[in-house]
Amino acid sequence: MVKEENESPNRPDNTAFTQQRLPAWQPMLSAGIVIPGFVLIGLAFIGIGVALLITSRNIQVLELDYTGTEQNSPCFQCSDPDKQNCVCTLQFSINRLFEGPVFFYYGLSNYFQNYRRYGVSRDDGQLYGDLSYFKEPYDQCEPYRYDRNKRPIVPCGSVVNSLFNDTFRLFQIVNGQQKEVPLDGKGIAWWTDYNIKFRNPTVTPLRNAFNGTVKPLFWPRPAYELDTSDPANNGFINQDFLVWMRRAALPDFRKLYRRITEGDYTNGLPAGNYSLEIAYNYPVLSFNGRKMVVFSNVSWMGGKNEFLGIAYLVIGTLCVVMSVVMLIVYAKFKFPEEE
Amino acid sequence: MAWWNPLALIRDALTGQRVRENDLRHLVSNLPYEGLGKKKQPNRYLPGNAIKTTKYTLLLFIPLNLFEQFHRLANIYFVGLAILNFVPVVNAFEPEVALIPICVILSLTALKDAWEDFRRYQSDKKLNSLPCFIYSRKDKQFVERRWKDVRVGDFVKVLCNEIVPADLLLLHTSDHKGMCHIETSNLDGETNLKERKVVPGLCATEPNFESESFNSVVVCERPNNNLNHFKCYVEKPNTEKVGAGIESLLLRGCTVRNTDHAIGFVVYAGHETKSMLNNNGPRYKRSKLERKLNLDVIFCVILLLAMCLVGALGHFFWRQALPGVPPYLVPDSNGHVDSPSLSSFYMFFSMIILLQVLIPISLYVSIELVKIGQIFFITHDIDLYDEETDSRIQCKALNITEDLGQIEYIFSDKTGTLTENKMVFRRCSVMGTEYPHKENAIRLTVMDEPESEEEVIYNQEPLPPQRGWSLDSEDSDPEGTQRRHESRHKNKFAANAQSNVAFSSPLETEVIPDRKLLRRVSVAESTSISSQKMDPHFEFFLALAICNTVVVSMGTAQRRRTHDYPCSFQSTNPLDNFSNLLKQAGSLRNIFAPKRDRTLSDTSFKEDDRFNPFPKVDDSGVFPSHSQCDESSGVCYEAESPDEAALVHAAKAYGFILLSRTPDSVTVRLPSGRVLVFEVLDTLTFDSNRKRMSVLVRHPITKECVLYTKGADYSIMELLGAPYAEHLSGNQKNVVADTQYHLDCYAKEGLRTLCFTKKVVSAKDYDVWSRSRQSAKAAIDGREQLIMDTAVQLETNLTLLGATGIEDRLQESVPDTILTLREAGIKVWVLTGDKPETAVNIGYACRLLEDEDLVINMSCKNKLACTSILDSTLEEVRRYENDPRNVDTTPDISLVIDGRTLAMLLSKNLQGRFVELAKRCRSVLCCRVTPLQKSGVVKLIREKLRVMTLAIGDGANDVNMIQAADIGIGISGQEGMQAVMASDFAISRFKHLKKLLLVHGHWCYTRLANMIIYFFYKNLANVNLLFWYQFYCGFTATTMLDYWLLIFFNLFYTSVPPIMFGIMDKDVSAEVLLGVPELYRTGQGAGEYSFCTFWVSMLDAFYQSLICFFIPYLVYQDLDVDVFTFGMPLNAVSLITILLHLSIEIKAWTVVHWIIMLGSFAVSLILTLLYTSCVTCNSYWTLQNQLTDPIFYLICIITTVVALLPRYTFHVMRNSINPSPIVQGRHLDRLDASTKEAWIKEWRGYRGAGEVKRSKLSTPPSPSNSRTTASADFLGNDITTWKSLSSGALQHGALSARRENPHSPLTCE
Repeated sequence: MVKEENESPNRPDNTAFTQQRLPAWQPMLSAGIVIPGFVLIGLAFIGIGVALLITSRNIQVLELDYTGTEQNSPCFQCSDPDKQNCVCTLQFSINRLFEGPVFFYYGLSNYFQNYRRYGVSRDDGQLYGDLSYFKEPYDQCEPYRYDRNKRPIVPCGSVVNSLFNDTFRLFQIVNGQQKEVPLDGKGIAWWTDYNIKFRNPTVTPLRNAFNGTVKPLFWPRPAYELDTSDPANNGFINQDFLVWMRRAALPDFRKLYRRITEGDYTNGLPAGNYSLEIAYNYPVLSFNGRKMVVFSNVSWMGGKNEFLGIAYLVIGTLCVVMSVVMLIVYAKFKFPEEE
Repeated sequence: MAWWNPLALIRDALTGQRVRENDLRHLVSNLPYEGLGKKKQPNRYLPGNAIKTTKYTLLLFIPLNLFEQFHRLANIYFVGLAILNFVPVVNAFEPEVALIPICVILSLTALKDAWEDFRRYQSDKKLNSLPCFIYSRKDKQFVERRWKDVRVGDFVKVLCNEIVPADLLLLHTSDHKGMCHIETSNLDGETNLKERKVVPGLCATEPNFESESFNSVVVCERPNNNLNHFKCYVEKPNTEKVGAGIESLLLRGCTVRNTDHAIGFVVYAGHETKSMLNNNGPRYKRSKLERKLNLDVIFCVILLLAMCLVGALGHFFWRQALPGVPPYLVPDSNGHVDSPSLSSFYMFFSMIILLQVLIPISLYVSIELVKIGQIFFITHDIDLYDEETDSRIQCKALNITEDLGQIEYIFSDKTGTLTENKMVFRRCSVMGTEYPHKENAIRLTVMDEPESEEEVIYNQEPLPPQRGWSLDSEDSDPEGTQRRHESRHKNKFAANAQSNVAFSSPLETEVIPDRKLLRRVSVAESTSISSQKMDPHFEFFLALAICNTVVVSMGTAQRRRTHDYPCSFQSTNPLDNFSNLLKQAGSLRNIFAPKRDRTLSDTSFKEDDRFNPFPKVDDSGVFPSHSQCDESSGVCYEAESPDEAALVHAAKAYGFILLSRTPDSVTVRLPSGRVLVFEVLDTLTFDSNRKRMSVLVRHPITKECVLYTKGADYSIMELLGAPYAEHLSGNQKNVVADTQYHLDCYAKEGLRTLCFTKKVVSAKDYDVWSRSRQSAKAAIDGREQLIMDTAVQLETNLTLLGATGIEDRLQESVPDTILTLREAGIKVWVLTGDKPETAVNIGYACRLLEDEDLVINMSCKNKLACTSILDSTLEEVRRYENDPRNVDTTPDISLVIDGRTLAMLLSKNLQGRFVELAKRCRSVLCCRVTPLQKSGVVKLIREKLRVMTLAIGDGANDVNMIQAADIGIGISGQEGMQAVMASDFAISRFKHLKKLLLVHGHWCYTRLANMIIYFFYKNLANVNLLFWYQFYCGFTATTMLDYWLLIFFNLFYTSVPPIMFGIMDKDVSAEVLLGVPELYRTGQGAGEYSFCTFWVSMLDAFYQSLICFFIPYLVYQDLDVDVFTFGMPLNAVSLITILLHLSIEIKAWTVVHWIIMLGSFAVSLILTLLYTSCVTCNSYWTLQNQLTDPIFYLICIITTVVALLPRYTFHVMRNSINPSPIVQGRHLDRLDASTKEAWIKEWRGYRGAGEVKRSKLSTPPSPSNSRTTASADFLGNDITTWKSLSSGALQHGALSARRENPHSPLTCE
């Protein structure tokens, strides 16, 4: 008999998909299968861990706290909030060559740049150089939006307002003479921030764009005069400003201040005595914070970090141990029915 | 009183209320008031016949639906959150964005509700506009109106085969005796015709009924839902009162049969009709899993509040610890900083917004989507497609698929569900000789064979007349074979088309006589005619033909089932195949006669053109209906029960044709063509005490009074007198013993048995008896008892003629299905309206009861006896259970209860003990159960035992039960669409239940359970990252991720995989699930979604989120990393972990799995890259930066490994050390197809025949951990251990085998 040709429309399609018969790979997790996997992962991890640890060990880090809350600290007198334009000097020595390029960071602790309302208190429109936002800043900038006379603050907001304003000069003491170490302040911010996300208004001179606006409350100078030494490094594309605007993720953080790549220090900081001149401006007492400077060199994996190497080593070892356990389990429970 | 007077309106409303609630209603005809305003109508307060089952109206849809939706707690929560986001001091995100999800969800749900309501509206409308005839005074005749126009007090005329539109008091019929037959299968599923009489003493007998002259008042009781009770009297103008009861009421939904027309007075209309009142609307079903899910959502709420509290307190202490106002603390616009306590109070709410994902908003939507997908697969399963009726499984309830995997109790109807509801004469025993009717049996089995050939358009010439039977000639003729083949096909066709005729598909009407018996009969006839002596074989067939109450009707008044009554009484359910039904109604014109290629009678086969318009199988898959009449003789048999019809047809096959029956005479045509007219002296009707019926006739030839009695074997055997016909040789004395033996054989085969006896009553005896009979009939007190006594008086000293075996054929693979369901740990109850004997027979046949079962029969007359029986049984069962010998075996106790006892057991003070007993029984058989009792039983078990119940039935009498159970399944079969309409799933065969539960139920449940667990895990793991971050941002509700990326995470990155997982994952293949039904038990009770699994996965989520947060944290600690750069690896790690976690859970990877998993990952990467390329967003270029950093990759690798290690190890260990049944099933799955099949077959073989008793989930002897050596040798080993196991169990089983088998080994053939 001929098979029914015109099947009724009600009849379900007899396909692998509708009948749920698609060919399938059914992995079965059991001790025997996973042993090689565990061994492999364990060995690989141990390898990575060793490499990371060695790399990390080779990174030199020098941290100098200059908060000045302790009596014996050279910056003790500067920590008084009432004191203006205080400068203190930190002496330190380096035993062996601090290999370059050396990165010079400033660090803050207990500083919550990640506070939500702090984070949103900025006007990206202004920072993009959009003049319309100069007249009426974004309302999230409150209370740093208008000054008492209802003049708009440019740039507005809390992040801007709290810009870190300590400055540093580094000297190597060579034969009792202070030899200034040239600090490279270019390219310390993200390329995209400097070139795309932040822009100055296309008004020359730049200060004209700020007509009718006031500088942020805490700032000593308006935005177009942030860097007095380099006119190109002003406005919203000032490198230090950009670094600050990239809010730190955690309350203890460091931010790149300068790089030491020039002159005699291309290869790093040679052993010897150094002095760091600090223009101490930024108050930290209000939040029990600490300030520090950090010198560090970097490797392919960034800054010094022992944790990752150790973690890889531990987990790698654990995996190897697990594989042994699995082997025992496998041997014991291979054929449960036969017992 | 002006119409607009508000006081009048109120008074009017109050009057209406009073009228409706009056205990008695006084109804008068509307006719004198026709054409008058509404105010003048006498019956204006009573509702009209239009029905409305919709929930909403067009105008009020939005408010009502919103109101309905906000009953869902989750929706309130989401709206509350959205509102919270608009409060400036607490908002955590952009408020407008937070509105999107809730709006989407609300509008989707509203759309769905609107669609459902619209379908209800459509079905109401169709029903309301069905045509009917109402008398109009203006036109002086009955005019066609619609159902909705019918009002109380109208006169409605119903034609033959039409459906009664409202409850009518019958006033006039076309029958001169004022009788009217109705079929109530739409209401109670009973297919036999019921008689209704016109109200006596009114205008019944006049040939033409004058509606206008009706000036009496009908006084009736308040509407109630009792289908079998109605009280009413008609008060004539001369204050004469005429009583009327249910016997004069035509119920809405019934079909008028065998009566040209009937005229009735509308007493109840619309929602007040008995059928509508009987239809309690469908219960809103929420699956068990969803109920549990809601509980866990509450846990999540508690968790959320706890976390928010931690956040608020943390914020408070953080603020307290600050010595001054740091530059990062943002004051409000006035330069004022909130106090720490106020700020932390706000923070509490901000935290709720931040962590809101913990309460999974997307889960509810995902579940809906998953269920749609699951239903897609269920409805597309080709195994659940029935070719004969061309119907797939229909899923009407969209939200309880997973309940299919948790069923513990099944309540099944018997007739039409387990059986086909077709009675077939199978074999008989005459005078101690068994006639097996082998050809007949072959015919039946052949008819069972699935037909795959092309449909043959039936168009064959009438066959040459044949006399008698010659099997050989037929078989040798190839053409004939072919033709028979076609015709068989045709017959099958007709049989499977909804048999539009009660009990008379060809399957039932055609009987192939046994050759030996046929020869005996022809010999007997010739001898008996010549010798005037009655041969027992001859007598046997006469008894078959005479001893019944079958009515013979001629072809003109034929009765057929109409399909144009689309189940008004379940109209609360959307009528899925309404259009189909309408099509069927249209196709009713295609009436054709069942073609027979062999005539069974000696009359010549004659085609009747009237019945032969050649069927067209139309595209809609609706088969034309056929006449039930045997066109060769032009007679139709109208039997009260299908068995009687089967017997009459059997007699006809041997040439004893019942030609007509009147109250006074029976006409039978003998094989020789001679017509005998028997004078019926009396009919002793069947009653359940005597279990037999008799017909007393005067033989036309011998003029003797002969009593033919038929009945259940045990009620007959004790009444037997001397063996028949002393003139026969001595060995005939064993007739009784032999017949008894044959009867036992029949019962074993599940046949319904009947014994036939004869008694010649002497004229003197008859005179005496008839006098007492007369006085009994005339008695006033205890008349029924007296009549019964007289019947018993006469039915003594009977002579056994023979016995018959009738088969109520079980549906295909019913025993197998029931056995499998039992093995799956499901208790099967059968609730039937049938009598206990039949039910028990079927119970054995379908393996509900087993031979070695302990069957407890409960049947008692009063409550006291009932209590004591119950107590003692319970005691015995308990003792049995506590017996140390029976510790490891489940006593296979079965309970058989009759309806009256059941009613007592269901009473308040006994139900506790009844449930206690029933809990210990493997199967329960309830007989003579009313529809209400059915639902009562289901409710009782469901509520007392807190188990998942499933009810399956096919008739309207099962509707209550179907609606009471957690899952109702309707079988679209013989008896209308009532059950299907009320059901959650509609299947076409009982056997489909097996795959539906064991495979789809299991899959749906495990899929959904795992999906939900995964969803909770996913949300917690994701949200906890934010929570841990709060410890490093002063609990200020900061996110280290862009809000949009967070939304993306739930919306795009991780939404599809779990849905796919919920729709497509397959832990064990269908073959193994069907082969090893024990696997079903994993879903019963708590199942996979339990308290334990939920919290384990929650803890896992906590652990994983800790790892995912703190490894990156420790790496980036003290470094120059900004917020969003820090967030990127967290996001990536969390995403990878969550996806890999799912891939550990996925049991079978198909192409779809790969595409979706890899696709999700790719989409997340691409979308994040795109998003971070947008200048205005906060996390601009962060991912791109990270992707160039090797640390990022190193973090991702180690974090995912550490996060997933515990779960992975746990899975591995559990699978190796203590594999669950499911895991073993999966091992089985990995074997190649043939080994697997052999293995399952072997295993089932050992379990078969109920030999193996297992009290708990016996772990299948799976070749687990034998991946490498799944050889035959290994399997062999395994099976031997299994064998020894089962033989041990068998010994236990023997202890419980109390039901001794008298005739084992049984050799009936």
